[in-house]
Amino acid sequence: MKIVVLVKQVPDSGAERNLRSDDSTVDRDSANNVINEMDEYAIEEALKLREAHGGEVTILTMGPERAAESIRKALSMGPDKAVHVLDDALHGSCALATSKVLAAALKTLEPDLVIAGAESTDARGQVLPHMLAERLGAAALTGARKLTVDGATLTIERQTEEGYEVVTASTPAVVSVWDTINEPRYPSFKGIMEAKKKPVQTLSLGDLGIDAGEVGFGGASTAVVEHARRPPRQGGTRVNDDGEGGVKLVEFLVSEKFV
Amino acid sequence: MAARTAPLDLLALDSLLSQEEIAMRDLVRRLVDQQVRPHVARWFEDGRTPTRDLAKQFGAVGLLGMHLQGYGCAGASAVSYGLACMELEAGDSGSRSLVSVQGSLAMYGIWAYGSEAQKQRWLPDMAVGDAIGCFGLTEPDHGSDPASMKTRAERNGDGWVLRGTKMWITNAPVADVAVVWARTDDGVRGFVVPMDSEGVTANEIHHKLSLRASSTGEIVLDEVRLPGDALLPEARGLKAPLSCLTEARYGIAWGALGAARDCLDTAIAYACEREQFGRPIAGFQLTQAKLADMAVELQKGFLLALHLGRLADSVGLRPEQVSIAKLNNVREALAIARQCRTILGANGISLEYPVLRHANNLESVLTYEGTSEIHQLVIGQELTGVSAFT
Repeated sequence: MKIVVLVKQVPDSGAERNLRSDDSTVDRDSANNVINEMDEYAIEEALKLREAHGGEVTILTMGPERAAESIRKALSMGPDKAVHVLDDALHGSCALATSKVLAAALKTLEPDLVIAGAESTDARGQVLPHMLAERLGAAALTGARKLTVDGATLTIERQTEEGYEVVTASTPAVVSVWDTINEPRYPSFKGIMEAKKKPVQTLSLGDLGIDAGEVGFGGASTAVVEHARRPPRQGGTRVNDDGEGGVKLVEFLVSEKFV
Repeated sequence: MAARTAPLDLLALDSLLSQEEIAMRDLVRRLVDQQVRPHVARWFEDGRTPTRDLAKQFGAVGLLGMHLQGYGCAGASAVSYGLACMELEAGDSGSRSLVSVQGSLAMYGIWAYGSEAQKQRWLPDMAVGDAIGCFGLTEPDHGSDPASMKTRAERNGDGWVLRGTKMWITNAPVADVAVVWARTDDGVRGFVVPMDSEGVTANEIHHKLSLRASSTGEIVLDEVRLPGDALLPEARGLKAPLSCLTEARYGIAWGALGAARDCLDTAIAYACEREQFGRPIAGFQLTQAKLADMAVELQKGFLLALHLGRLADSVGLRPEQVSIAKLNNVREALAIARQCRTILGANGISLEYPVLRHANNLESVLTYEGTSEIHQLVIGQELTGVSAFT
């Protein structure tokens, strides 16, 4: 089975993150850039499938030059190779344009299965797997907390707020996963040393036959008009217990719909 | 308050490391943060550590015998091994001791001096943590002077009979195999002893005030009959176990810095939060003088360890070079840990903070694998050409 895992480099969600003042894109210079957390679960799921069914796992990343660090980290977990879509004209691309580029790259790889994290910690749109499935004419099995593969038949448990739905489709398919699906392995020292030698193919927009005007700010279907930091939190409400403290606490919880 | 710079970032020391070395360090840091740090205070307080589980987790990423080539070992550089030791000991000296004893003493002893069959039998299992090893050199009455050891191995037909007692043996109570050193008619020789051999008893040493998150024991060898192929064929004389110690001391020189760094990080964070006389104690000159001196020593120790690592990866190390780093880095790490404890005041003695746990651990690290005094004598002998041992 040929599996492609989508990996995005994002600013560490545990540290302070900023948007650039000049073009409102994510400020990558001031950030500690890491693999999008949910993507590690996608990699783990792909590696488990390769262990069970054989085949090949390829990492696909679209991003600036420094995204190569995240590609090496992803490869150190065990995938076989990677493709890096790298082109200055991609800066400022919207989700639609990103899906166009990734779909074009995926067509060159002809995967049976594409696995992605259900969302990235920077944009949190959750839309890309759906867009890709549409562009590829593949099934969209999104939001999975469990994935089983039986030949060409895929079954997921789609996590919902109330429980889960069982959804079935045939390959080719795009599966997006939540962090409930598995426990990602640590890379190993051998994996880190081998990752240096694994092939990483770099593709430009020209290689994919996409015009620069279709992507970036010029080709964007959406634009960030304005951005501002969330105001600092206000001091909370203090309840002094003069014999009615418990009642007041419950009233607060009821007003906030916690009980 | 302006942004803070971490002690080891002051000199941009990461710029001396390769991408691969940083990736390996970050991996061990994450492993320690997730698998050791949340539990280690409880292990220390209870005096019980899940050594087997830890060994499996460490083995899965390739930490056990990581600097050895072949037999399922990762074959990483000496610098990467040092960085790994540093991150492990930032968690606890016990976790680093587990890796040192497994990789540098037991596995290295078999790897360097064992027969092909011994290597095949033990190293792959030890690399993944399925088999735990220990190293029996020290005896109740013979620590710094191993040449006077009492443990004897006598020929018995094609085989051997071992008699004696080994003391202060890390991992002995949980080990599957011991590399045991014994006196023979042919000088000191090494033996690979399965711990389930008849006549082998390992007793846990309790009532420790240091390395409580590490298993320490005594090995009693009571007429232990071993086949002829239990002998390490390539190990002749005390040079062999001492070369294993040189391996382990190299890791300790790095590891102690990890404990010191964890103490200093804790003390700086504490000093910035803790207010006395109406302001954070980080703003007092006496506190800053302490912090600055400690950061200077920590960085000097790092440069020394890294220099040693680069030598090891290029031309190899001489024992006296390792003695310099073990002597300095453990001594300074202990001084840093104690000084940090003064910044934390009463909180410094609590297991809520890692500082006194590290300081107490470092008391063991100061004397195991060669006391400070022995390392001074090794260096003194190099400087003067005169041996003070005999």
